[in-house]
Amino acid sequence: MSGKALISTEGLSVGYRVGKGPFSKSVLKAVDNVSIKIEKRSFFGLVGESGSGKTTLGRALLNAAPITSGSARYDDGEVSYNLTDIDKAQLADYRKRAQLIFQDPYAALSPRMTVRDIIAEPLEVMKITSGRAETDERVREIAARCRLNLEHLRRFPHAFSGGQRQRISIARALVARPQFIVADESVAALDVSIQADVLNLLKSLQADMGLTFLFISHDLSVVAHTCDYVAVMYLGRLVETAPTRQLFAAPKHPYTKALFSAIPSLDPDDQGRAQRLEGEIPSPTNQPTGCKFHTRCPHATDLCRSQEPVMEAVQPAHEVACHRWRELA
Amino acid sequence: MPSLIDVENLTLKFRTDEGLVTAVENVSFSLQSGEIMGLVGESGSGKSVTAKALMHLNASNSVYGEESRITLHTDGGPVDVLSLKNAADLKVVRGGAISMIFQEPMASFAPSIRIGTQMVEQLQLHSDKSKAQAREIAVEMLDRVGISDPSTRIDQYAFELSGGMRQRAMIAMALSTKPRLLIADEPTTALDVTIQAQVLDLMKDLVKEFGMGIIFITHDLGVVAQTADKVSVMYLGKLIEEGPVREVIRGAKHPYTRGLLAALPRLDDLDAPLTPVPGDIPSPLERPGGCVFNTRCGDVIGDACTATVPLEQWVDPTHRVSCHLYDGKRKSGGA
Amino acid sequence: MSANSTPISDPPENLRAREAYFTASQHQLIWARFKKQRAALVAAMVLVVLIIAGLFAPFLSPYDPTMAGRNKDYLNGAPNVPMFCDKNGCSVRPFLHTIERERSIKTNFRWVEKINDDKRRYVQFFVTGSEFRLLGLVPMKTHLFGVDEGRIHLFGTDASGKDIFSRTLHAIWTSLQVGTIGVLISFVLALIIGGVSGYYGGVIDSTLQMLTDAVRTVPTIPLFMAIAAFIPQEWTSEMRFFFISTVLGFIYWPTLARRVRTHLLSERHQEYVLAAQLCGASSGHVIRRHLLPSFTSYIIVDLVITFPYMVLLETALSFIGLGLTDPVNSLGVMLQNVTSADVLLNYQWYFIPVIFFITLVMAFVFVGDGLSKAANPYADTNK
Repeated sequence: MSGKALISTEGLSVGYRVGKGPFSKSVLKAVDNVSIKIEKRSFFGLVGESGSGKTTLGRALLNAAPITSGSARYDDGEVSYNLTDIDKAQLADYRKRAQLIFQDPYAALSPRMTVRDIIAEPLEVMKITSGRAETDERVREIAARCRLNLEHLRRFPHAFSGGQRQRISIARALVARPQFIVADESVAALDVSIQADVLNLLKSLQADMGLTFLFISHDLSVVAHTCDYVAVMYLGRLVETAPTRQLFAAPKHPYTKALFSAIPSLDPDDQGRAQRLEGEIPSPTNQPTGCKFHTRCPHATDLCRSQEPVMEAVQPAHEVACHRWRELA
Repeated sequence: MPSLIDVENLTLKFRTDEGLVTAVENVSFSLQSGEIMGLVGESGSGKSVTAKALMHLNASNSVYGEESRITLHTDGGPVDVLSLKNAADLKVVRGGAISMIFQEPMASFAPSIRIGTQMVEQLQLHSDKSKAQAREIAVEMLDRVGISDPSTRIDQYAFELSGGMRQRAMIAMALSTKPRLLIADEPTTALDVTIQAQVLDLMKDLVKEFGMGIIFITHDLGVVAQTADKVSVMYLGKLIEEGPVREVIRGAKHPYTRGLLAALPRLDDLDAPLTPVPGDIPSPLERPGGCVFNTRCGDVIGDACTATVPLEQWVDPTHRVSCHLYDGKRKSGGA
Repeated sequence: MSANSTPISDPPENLRAREAYFTASQHQLIWARFKKQRAALVAAMVLVVLIIAGLFAPFLSPYDPTMAGRNKDYLNGAPNVPMFCDKNGCSVRPFLHTIERERSIKTNFRWVEKINDDKRRYVQFFVTGSEFRLLGLVPMKTHLFGVDEGRIHLFGTDASGKDIFSRTLHAIWTSLQVGTIGVLISFVLALIIGGVSGYYGGVIDSTLQMLTDAVRTVPTIPLFMAIAAFIPQEWTSEMRFFFISTVLGFIYWPTLARRVRTHLLSERHQEYVLAAQLCGASSGHVIRRHLLPSFTSYIIVDLVITFPYMVLLETALSFIGLGLTDPVNSLGVMLQNVTSADVLLNYQWYFIPVIFFITLVMAFVFVGDGLSKAANPYADTNK
């Protein structure tokens, strides 16, 4: 990776205390030892199934999940913040630079506020604009970029379809002119055609506004078409990271390969049963020893069951965490 | 193969505060035993409503068209589903000859009753097995759907199982009464993709073994391509295209189907741009006149599309489409 | 509900109606849905009529409802129903016959009443009568109606000669006042305690819930008996009135607090709240902008439904003598004398006010029900 990293994490772990009573000590590690670098102006894809920790990682980068160890840094050239140890004033500024787009377009908008107020809220809360005229100007500008016209601003969310609501959500996230956006399953709840529409909008906004996206999704096909770089997570750990083309052309980790084969292909004659995974995803509270994937991996050995693999470089910028990746080419 | 269920001219409107809203209009199709039909459409297409009509499950404010007829061919002769009124008659259909599984597995299982209790209850309702016999059948079914340690699992509650297992248990419960038709309403949408693959494989195996017909409702064309024998595409309450899965996916005729396929991100061509179908689905209160798709269609040909509803044309013995582009005389090239 | 696909050929009324729907706030939508329910609308109108009747009670009633306005000559008197026609012909203006009493040796010196149907007493409108203050502010002497001679008692009189019609109207107003004060106090307490409980959760929530449950289990009747014993005799009826209302408020807050807490707990986890918090919104902002507006509609429903409970509770307590007493009028007070066989057999008009109160309570219930259906249209599923 040659460019400057906007977000970089080193051994980042996010954990929640679980169990009964306020004195229990067991910790649920939702994210375990993740090190990634998100280049400025890139579209970084984060892929995984349930329990993978991808949503938690996204929230942790926005200071909305408890980081238990490791480090994370935000550096956009103007300011540089240590996200694990950030004071109130820095956090207030960071919030202007990093925002979140939610998954559910129906739950993310307050039904009692007009679209104009919803979009204006970040400006008002973070005191970015002074006075109603300036706020209105900014709202109109971002609404136009998201293809919402003036009429729409006066309406309430119940007047809009899922795709339009998602555009309102996007407008709200972008009105403060942030640098970094976490899009958490932002197209998962949309119909196929609307999904394409919103993805195109996100790409054009990225080009126009110079944004950096962390695109969280469980849908590999969507990630393949939009992202420059993909990281695959399983049960809180990074399993493989690579530039998109490379990952799809030559995946190295058994889980990544299984994920690909599990995607139902549009070609009816391509059955791809060969790589079906058995078993269920283990519960995050009861994680397997050694390599987290060994319980479902068809190639697991004793080494896999006892020792956790570390990320090794297959090629520059392509890393995989598997003891046997060389043999299983 | 004998026809399992025939749907003729199904029209369904709902009485709402805003008036009579058309949910389904003049939908006709047939399903054979052992055939898997994929019913595809986006939100508002009417696919769920159509499926529920097969079991006469729609809300009390639903108004069926006069010519609507749903004929289920059971061992006891043909049954006109829409004419069934009382619970005793409907019992034969619901859960008996036809079973349904849903997107949200918790929707099928009562949260405070053990799975085994519900399965046994269902079996006893539809057959004259004793409790012990019903329990044996239930355990067998759970094993058949791939749930490990079924004799223990049967006494668990639904929330104790993971999402994939719950969905399998729901399939087990639905199949325990040996229905002739299984309606699956988005059964894998809420599942992880690796689990989805397992469940889809399971369903295909079960069809081979039990010989039932499946109507598989989904918005995911990939799932349809892998599972279904034939595809029916719905838009705003109308069935606009139907054909064998290979023909429809590789050679879609209707502009909407083509638009849907073009909007899909495909793994075999990472450079292709994503082209959405332009515009938004009209609200059911504002159904366009003529062809329902004319407001968004890029291939509109003059007044015909806005004025008249296109008739069904058979472009192949098994492939039909409702589009003016294929009207007998006006066959445009390159379709 | 797409805003982008309206055909251009749509008539302007449709477009206007659609635009009105799109720009309608939650409250406007709720009001529109409420208006569609005929039962609730009728109930709302009835309620408004009763409230106005209570508000203008001194003006609408011909006489003072207290001992000062009693009719010594007409104790336990039957209702006088105005007529338009009698054997002597009809008149536009309604009138009453005169009841004459005579006592003589012929009747063993007992008062005997005789109806003289030749002597008419006409109903007058806007008569001058006893002094009162309209809405508590404007001193007035004019009453809506009266008769040119003697008195008119539309609902009859009670054992001391007080006009039941006047008492009824004043009683409606008293009950409304008691209910309002009680509901307000309940609401303020519920808002604070339920609000803190629901917003912060955790240990604070558990502790406050324990407190709430403890208060809720206190039995009402013994509590009131103790309080009734405690109220000093010197207290005026007004003071007693306010005190009772306050106590009612303190009894009812646990139920409301629980509802407030439930609303807050569910709203707090909404994604749009998280979106605001991710911008660094303070708790004050979140509460003000998101949480409070979200449950105003629910709380209004809760308040309207609590009202009849207050009224009925006060009625019950006054009936058994633990609540309000004369001269303050309330239904409970009016019913205190109803339990004797004499009344049940002979003076059935004592029960007329009951109809008014049933109507008042039912009106609240229907309006509350209509409001709750309008605010939450997806809660009801008709099978």
